[in-house]
Amino acid sequence: MNPLRGRLAVVGVAEADLGVVAPGLTEQDLIGQAATRALADAGIDRTEVDALFCASSVQPAPTLNAAEYLGIRPRYSDGSNIGGSSAISHLLYAAGAIEAGLIEVALIVYGSIQRSEAGRLITPASVSIWEEPFRPRWPLTMYALAASRHMHQYGTTREQMAEVAIAARRWAQLNPKAFERGPLSVEDVLTARLVCDPLGVRDCCLVTDGGGALVVTSAERARGAPKPAAHLLGCGVAHWHRDISQMPDLTVTAATESGARAFAMAGLGPADVDVVELYDAFTINPILFLEDLGFCAKGEGGEFVAGGRIGPGGELPVNTNGGGLSYCHPGMYGIFTVIEAVRQLRGEAGDRQQEGVEVALAHGNGAVLSSQATALLGTEATLN
Amino acid sequence: MTESASPWIGYQEGLAAGELRFQRCGDCARAVFYPRVVCPHCGSTALAWEISSGAGTVYATTVMRPHRQEPYNVCLVDLDEGFRLMSRVDRVPADGVRIGDRLRLLKEAGTAPVFVPADRS
Ligand SMILES: [Zn+2]
Repeated sequence: MNPLRGRLAVVGVAEADLGVVAPGLTEQDLIGQAATRALADAGIDRTEVDALFCASSVQPAPTLNAAEYLGIRPRYSDGSNIGGSSAISHLLYAAGAIEAGLIEVALIVYGSIQRSEAGRLITPASVSIWEEPFRPRWPLTMYALAASRHMHQYGTTREQMAEVAIAARRWAQLNPKAFERGPLSVEDVLTARLVCDPLGVRDCCLVTDGGGALVVTSAERARGAPKPAAHLLGCGVAHWHRDISQMPDLTVTAATESGARAFAMAGLGPADVDVVELYDAFTINPILFLEDLGFCAKGEGGEFVAGGRIGPGGELPVNTNGGGLSYCHPGMYGIFTVIEAVRQLRGEAGDRQQEGVEVALAHGNGAVLSSQATALLGTEATLN
Repeated sequence: MTESASPWIGYQEGLAAGELRFQRCGDCARAVFYPRVVCPHCGSTALAWEISSGAGTVYATTVMRPHRQEPYNVCLVDLDEGFRLMSRVDRVPADGVRIGDRLRLLKEAGTAPVFVPADRS
C-alpha cells in the first residue's frame, strides 16, 4: 500500500467572505479571515502551525506575505503555483512532508479580491509570444478552442454544456453562500451573449472575491480533532503543457494521469466515489474531467451530464456547492473543491447534503487545461 | 545550428523572409514547434531548421467577440509537416472557419503566420 494513503487528514476548512467583499479589504485580509476560521474549525491554535502553503495570482512569494500577516513562523514553506489546481497539489506535498517528519500542522490558504479590484480574472499568466499575435483572451479563448474540438470530435452540443451550468445553478440554490442563485434555464444559457464561440457568457465561471483555507495534520493527530477528519486516501498531480497550442490533444487532459494516480493510491475507482467536486471554469470542463477521471468513456461526457444526472437528485452529485459557475470563483478555485468535499464527508452541507458520503473527489484544474490535481478524501471508515 | 544560435531569432529571420520555419529532430525525426534548443519528444539537441510548405488543416477554432469591436477568428492549425500553431484564417468571415478546413499560409514577409483557405487565391 502507498505509505501516503491516509497519512494526512483535513481537520479544518473555511471560506473567507465571498462574492463582493467590503471595500478596502485586501487578499491578505481574506487569507486572514479564512485561516482564522479554519483554525477555529480544527480547534488548533495558530502557534501550532509549522507549515504554510499558498499559491497566489498577485504575490511572487506568497507564503512570505501570508506568514507575516498571520504572525506565524513556518519551518516549511511552499508557494508553488500551477494555477487553480495548486491547493490540491499542496495536499500531496503536505502528505509527503508529514510522512517525512518535516511538519505536523499545515495551513493551506488562498485569497483574491479580483472582482472588487478589476472586475475580471486577475492572473499573472501572460499569453506567450507564440500566441500573442493572434489576440486570444487568456484563458477564455483556450477553453473555447477545446470545446470546439470536443463538439467536432464527439458531437457534444451546446445544450449538453448548458446542462452543466443548470446543474451548478440548482446546487447553488441549495447553498446560501452561493453568488448566483436565481433561476436559469437551458434556453437562458443558449441565448446568452456569445463571448467566444461556442461559449456564451453563462458557460463561463463567475468573477468574485473570496478566499479559503484548509488545516491539515497527520491522521494520528486528527483523532483529537473536534470534528470528523477527512482523510486523504489518494492524490495525484500531472501537467503536460502550458500554452493551449502545445496541448497534444484538446479533448484529453492530464486529469487522466492525476486521477489514475489518486485512484491507485487510494485503491479505489470512480464507482466508489459518492460526491464529485470539479473545477468548472467553463461548462466544457466537467465534461472533460468526468471522462478523464473515468466516470464515463472518452467522448460520452456530453451525454453523461444531460438529463439532470449531475444535479440535485441526480445519479452522480457533481459540484454540490454550485461550483465556479454559480457559487464563487475568486481566480484559483481549487481550494473550494476540497472545502465542499470535506463538508459533504462531515455531513454539514445543509440543504445540499448527500446521504452516506464516505468518499469524495476534489479535482483542480490550472491555467488552460494545463495542470490537473485530483484528491480522494474519505471518512474514518474508509481508512482500512 | 551552433550552440549559441537563438531559436527565436532564427524563427524571426524566417518570418522576415516570408518563410514559416520549424525544426526537425535529427534523432527521432519528429517536427518541433515552437523552436527550441532541445527536442521535447526525445531530449535530443540535434534540431535542424526546415521550411514549412504552409499547407495545413484547422484543428480547433473560435470566434472572439469583444465588446463593441469586430469579431475575429482564432484557431489552431496542424501543418502537414506534423506540427501545430495558433493562428487566424483571413479572407473569410470570422465565423466561417470550420475544423478540417484546408489552409495555405499567407506569405507576407515580416508578419506572424496567418492562413487563408487553400482554394482561395
Ligand atoms: Zn527528438
